[in-house]
Amino acid sequence: MKTNLKFRRVAAIGAGMTPFRRRMLETPQEMAWEASRRALDEAGLELRDIDCVVIGSAPDAFDGVHMKGEYLAHGAGGVMRPSSRVYVGGATGVMTAIAGWYHVASGMCKKVLAVAEEKMSTGRPHPQAVFRYIWDPITEKPLNPNLIWIFAMEMHRYMFVNKVSKEEIALVSVKNKRNAASNPYAQLGGEITVDDVLRSEVLVWPVQLLDVSPVSDGAAAMVFVDGDIARRYTDTPIWVEGVGWTLDNTSWPNRELAYPRYLENAARMAYRMAGIERPQKEIDVVEPYDPFDYKELHHLEGLMLAKRGEAPLLLKEGFFDKDGDIPSSPSGGLLGVGNPIAAAGLMKVISIYWQLKGTAGKMQVKRPVHTGVAQAWGDLMQASTVMVMRN
Amino acid sequence: MVHPLKEEELKEHVTISYKPQAKYSYTAGQALSTFLRGLREGKILGRKCPRCGRVYVPPRMYCEDCFYPTSQWVEVKDEGVVMTAVASFISWTRDRLEEPEIVGTIRLFPSSPRDYVYPGLFHRICCSYEDVKSMTIMGKTVRARWRPAEKRTGSIDDIECFEVV
Repeated sequence: MKTNLKFRRVAAIGAGMTPFRRRMLETPQEMAWEASRRALDEAGLELRDIDCVVIGSAPDAFDGVHMKGEYLAHGAGGVMRPSSRVYVGGATGVMTAIAGWYHVASGMCKKVLAVAEEKMSTGRPHPQAVFRYIWDPITEKPLNPNLIWIFAMEMHRYMFVNKVSKEEIALVSVKNKRNAASNPYAQLGGEITVDDVLRSEVLVWPVQLLDVSPVSDGAAAMVFVDGDIARRYTDTPIWVEGVGWTLDNTSWPNRELAYPRYLENAARMAYRMAGIERPQKEIDVVEPYDPFDYKELHHLEGLMLAKRGEAPLLLKEGFFDKDGDIPSSPSGGLLGVGNPIAAAGLMKVISIYWQLKGTAGKMQVKRPVHTGVAQAWGDLMQASTVMVMRN
Repeated sequence: MVHPLKEEELKEHVTISYKPQAKYSYTAGQALSTFLRGLREGKILGRKCPRCGRVYVPPRMYCEDCFYPTSQWVEVKDEGVVMTAVASFISWTRDRLEEPEIVGTIRLFPSSPRDYVYPGLFHRICCSYEDVKSMTIMGKTVRARWRPAEKRTGSIDDIECFEVV
C-alpha cells in the first residue's frame, strides 16, 4: 500500500458525548446537537467558526429514518457548509474522525466538526431484524441468518485455532464492565464475574448474553483543527499522527476468520504515518473495538499489540488492565459504555483523546501516556479503521 | 440487565407500525446464475482466475486481486472441511428457538489448510449441539446432503446441509 505522507498537521481540541442509554427520550438530532455543543464548548469555538462538518452514522434502518446524513445535518451544525456523511458499518465511528482529519489534512478546511450518532433502540420488536439486509441475497439470506451468527462463527474459529477457552474470553467482559463503572457516560458498568458470563443466556453458541454489548442510543462529537492554529485555542492539543483504513471482501465464508488481515493492513498504514515500528513498545494506551468480548482480543492481535493467539494470555497476566503495560479499553469499551454503533466508534477516539489530554477523570490510567490508538471494525468482518494520536 | 419490551409497555407509547411495501427481485448475475443451475444438477461450480489460479466458490466473473476476468468454469467437490460451526438459539427476529440451528463455513476441496482464501460455502451443518459445543465438528470432513433431484429449485437450499462423511 502506498500513501502520500505530505499533509497538514491536524490536532483534536475538543470532544463531547451524550450518555449512552437504551431508549433515550431525545431524537437523533437532539442527541447530535448535545454532543456537538459539548465538543464546541470544550474547544472554545462557536458554530460560526466551523468550516466543514462530517457526520457518521451506521445503517439508516436503525433510526428508522432514511438519509441520516441529511436528517442529522441541523443538529450536527451542518447547514450551509460543506457537510458529508461517512458510513462503513461498525467501523464508521473512527472513520468519522478520519474523515474529519482528511478534511483538515488536505488543506481544504481549517476547523472541522465530526459528529457520530446512532439510535438503535427504535426498531421493534428488536433491532436485530434490521440486519437481515446486509447478507448476500442469493447465497446467504435463504438460510435466514441473524447478525450474531457471523460473529459467533468468527469467535468459534478464533477459539479453535488458538485454543482459547470461553473463560479466558469472558475476562474481557469482566474487565471492560469494571472499567466502565468509573465512566459517567456508561450504560452497563459494574462488577461481574466470569461465572456470570458463562451462566448468561446462550444466544448463538459460543456467544452468550454477557459476551455482547448492549443495544444503545447516543451521540459523540469532536473538533479537529489545522495544526497552525491549534495553539490559539488550547495549550494541550492532541495530535492526530496516523490514520489507516481497509476493506476486505464480503466473501467471509472464503477466508480464514481467526485473524483479521484487514485490520493489520489498516494498522500498518496508521503506524507507518505515525512512525511507529514496534507497536507493543511504543503504544501506551489502546481502545480496540469490542462489540463482542472475543473481538477485543482479536483486534489486539490485529493491531500487533499481541502475537497471534497470545492476547488471551497477556490479558490474563494483567498486561491490558487499567494499571497494566498497555491499558486496553480503560473507558469500558462497548461492552461497558454501550454500543450506539457509529457513536461508539467515535467514543473510542474521544476516550483516547481524553486520556492523552489527562482529563479522563476517574477513567485516567495511572501511568503517563503519550501515544494512544483507537480502532473500529464493521460490516461482514470486513472494514477496519485505526487512528493514532499523541500529546 | 435485560429489558425485554412487554406487550403492554409497547401500548404505553405511540408506536407507528406499518409493513414496508418494498419488495425486491434480486439479480443473481452471470456467475451466480450458472452456479445455481449447477446446484440443481448436484454440482458445485466455481470460476478460476487465469492469472493467479485462484478458484472462486461462490463464483465471480472477475478476480478481485488481479482485477482480471475469470476465464474458466471448474467443478469443485461437494466435500470439504468444517472451518467453524455455531448453534443458534435465536431466530433472525431474536425470538427464542427451542432446537438450535447449526450453521458454519466449509472449505471445499481442492484446497489446502494453509490457504488464507479458498473456495468455500456458508451453510447448515447436520450435527448435534454437543458436537458444536465440544468443537469436535471443527476440522471434520463433511459432504453435501443434496435434496432429491426433483425437489431442487436452483437455490442454495438445494443442499439440505453438510454432514460428516
